[in-house]
Amino acid sequence: MNKERKIFLIVAAVLIVGSFLITTHMENRFYYKAAYVVLQYVVLATAWNILGGYTGYVNFGTAAFFAMGAYTAVALIKTWKPPLYVLLVTGGLVSGLLGLGIGYLTLRLRGVFFSIATLALAVVLQMIVSNWDYVGGGAGTAVLKPRSVPMFSNYDEFLFFVMAALAVVSVAIAWLIEKSWIGRGMAAIRDNEEAAECMGVPILKLKLFATTVSGALMGIAGAPFSYFVVYIEPTSAFHLDYAVNSLAMPMIGGTTTWLGPLVGAVLVGTAQQIATVTLSSEMNLLIVGSLLVGFVVFAPDGLVGLFGKVRARFAGKEA
Amino acid sequence: MSENLLDVHGVTKRFGGFSALTRVDLHVKEHERFGLIGPNGSGKTTMINCISGALANDEGKIVFAGRDITKIPAYQRTRLGVARSFQIPKPFVSMTVLENLCIPLEYAAHQHSHGMELRGEAMEILELMSMADKADVRTSGLTQIELRKLELARAMAAKPKLLISDEAMAGLSNAEVDDILEILVRLNEEGLTVIMIEHIMRAVMSFSERIVVLDAGEKIAEGTPDEIVNNKDVERAYLGA
Repeated sequence: MNKERKIFLIVAAVLIVGSFLITTHMENRFYYKAAYVVLQYVVLATAWNILGGYTGYVNFGTAAFFAMGAYTAVALIKTWKPPLYVLLVTGGLVSGLLGLGIGYLTLRLRGVFFSIATLALAVVLQMIVSNWDYVGGGAGTAVLKPRSVPMFSNYDEFLFFVMAALAVVSVAIAWLIEKSWIGRGMAAIRDNEEAAECMGVPILKLKLFATTVSGALMGIAGAPFSYFVVYIEPTSAFHLDYAVNSLAMPMIGGTTTWLGPLVGAVLVGTAQQIATVTLSSEMNLLIVGSLLVGFVVFAPDGLVGLFGKVRARFAGKEA
Repeated sequence: MSENLLDVHGVTKRFGGFSALTRVDLHVKEHERFGLIGPNGSGKTTMINCISGALANDEGKIVFAGRDITKIPAYQRTRLGVARSFQIPKPFVSMTVLENLCIPLEYAAHQHSHGMELRGEAMEILELMSMADKADVRTSGLTQIELRKLELARAMAAKPKLLISDEAMAGLSNAEVDDILEILVRLNEEGLTVIMIEHIMRAVMSFSERIVVLDAGEKIAEGTPDEIVNNKDVERAYLGA
């Protein structure tokens, strides 16, 4: 167990340092933009999976938590333009609190009713933000990113590095949860909530923990968004793409482990970026849609589950 | 009264206008083998749900081991020592049999002193249930009787003082019923108090020291198995007037 933890920490550190080294060697800004989007989905898919995959509550409101982080940052930038880490922390706090509150209000709802409530949350919040003139209202607002940042040649490279670090950290959090007593309790809730409670699992506490952590990570992912897009408006920040993608990626990768959303986000996210450039920007949702249908029908346990099955079959043949 | 492990005082449970339980009293002594019977829909499972905390009773008081547990959530009741099995097995389907047992061991019996000892303890319980060979099987690969046994094993893993077995034997063959009876008797000999809810009269009559009969949400009889068999009210409840 301890050895496993060490290896995980080393790999995480290598990835963070590696993404920094890339910025000192590579020039083409498009790749940073594309990689940022993919990494952002690694965070979102991993966050979604903590509630959706581990605990079994399907959240259709990813966009709400993501945009909450983004708009918290916009409000802060408009007032006193704090450094990025302050935006990340407050974005995470606000969305985490939102997750806690929504969890408290809606976790009595099971199955599809919970999902509908989260979808409604996104709609309501979008209406509120659209009417909040301070952050640009429905028309949106331009956000000036800092002109320079130490150690990086431009701000896009810096944002790429930040998102890479966030991706590593959120995958590490998911991994820690999965391997701990909290993760085992969540799995029991997902499998059978009533039995879990009768076996001593404090289901309300664990579910609130899941909605809070999941919401906070989504908010953190959204905090740098306005710097990334430069012009932020509600339709793009609350776009349904976030909800659909962050649900489809874990489904395609596999929902029961930390690896699933990571694999799903990297594969689908990259495919979308390639499709956007080579085919058209509208094609990427079609890709996600067909992949999702295909996986739900043919590989309900996702790529990770599929891989496990294939490996088991080969092991069986050898024996 | 004080030596009772479980005291249910005047518990009433309503679903809308329908009264599933009406002022029912139950008193279960420490180390007792207690039977709860009644026709379908008489409120047996509702009673269990109120005791285990899955439902909140509208009136009355439930006292377990000298402590009023009427208001505390189900998971804390399990930690205090009330464990139940479900009539329709509710296994944790993504886990192996052994992992199913580790949940109550970790959450109820030890409360987060994790490690490899848990698996060892889970193995011991599985051996007691003669299910050790199924330890690494996923629950989807189990037969009905194995699922019933898993329900009991998982309840045992919570290290309870009181085990409530909700129709663990329905639909099983005679030999299988005897298997489960033997396990329950052995657990009782080791000090466990057992409430058995059962439709199989042969099982519940031979197992129980004392029986309470529910009908339409009310207690209509209480006594030893012999007294219950000869009770006119019970006969009427089951067979009609």
